Amino acid sequence: MRTQSCIKIKNEWNIVQARQLGRDLSKQLGFQTVDQARITTAISELARNIYLYANDGFIKVEPINDMGKLGLKVVSSDKGPGIKDVRKAMEDGYTTSGGLGAGLPGVKRLMDEFKIHSQEGVGTEIVAIKWLR
Amino acid sequence: MRIPILKLHDYLLISIQVELDDQTAIQFQQDLLEKIHETGVKGVVIDLTSVDMIDSYIAKILSDVVRMSSLLGAKVVLTGIRPAVAITLIDLGITLKDVPTALDLEKGLEKLQQELEG
Repeated sequence: MRTQSCIKIKNEWNIVQARQLGRDLSKQLGFQTVDQARITTAISELARNIYLYANDGFIKVEPINDMGKLGLKVVSSDKGPGIKDVRKAMEDGYTTSGGLGAGLPGVKRLMDEFKIHSQEGVGTEIVAIKWLR
Repeated sequence: MRIPILKLHDYLLISIQVELDDQTAIQFQQDLLEKIHETGVKGVVIDLTSVDMIDSYIAKILSDVVRMSSLLGAKVVLTGIRPAVAITLIDLGITLKDVPTALDLEKGLEKLQQELEG
């Protein structure tokens, strides 16, 4: 079993590849159908954000084991412009793209854990985890 | 990749059975509108039984095509949305309100019939 997979997000097709990766790994790890859909959708949103805003980044998915607790970790990393106001970006309905993408609050609701680190002019890294129930 | 659009009497039927990338989705939007224009149908069913994920982009494409079709005088019903997809959409904050839906293809056709004749 491949334990870690990474997809560079440069074009629209990479978004499909990234969610395929999430779908496959969540199935492999034994997530239920609804959680598989949540993980796949969250990855799709994160990949689209990279494609829309950063144009240079990657999505990584990997299984994690936190003292016997199993889960799937998604890392979204880019060297884009960064997010000026992270708190604002985490508010429902906030958009700078005219409504494309459900935004980060949606992704946060789909996953169990969500951490974002962003610096203007440097890039954004998001780590999101779904635990296996 | 093109999504096949079938004509059945006064309706168009579409079953989406491929992984929807952006290009395919946009192409489908155009193809459907052209087919409505060409055939003059009043009702369309888009069946999503095989779709295991709808993200915000695909949701936007679908709700846009419903409104665009309405501009051409055709009513669109989305059918076969899976429970997991419904849950995920609401988690994401997408309600698809104003988009007509039905449980399956059969109920979707009934709904169209009622609305177009009634």
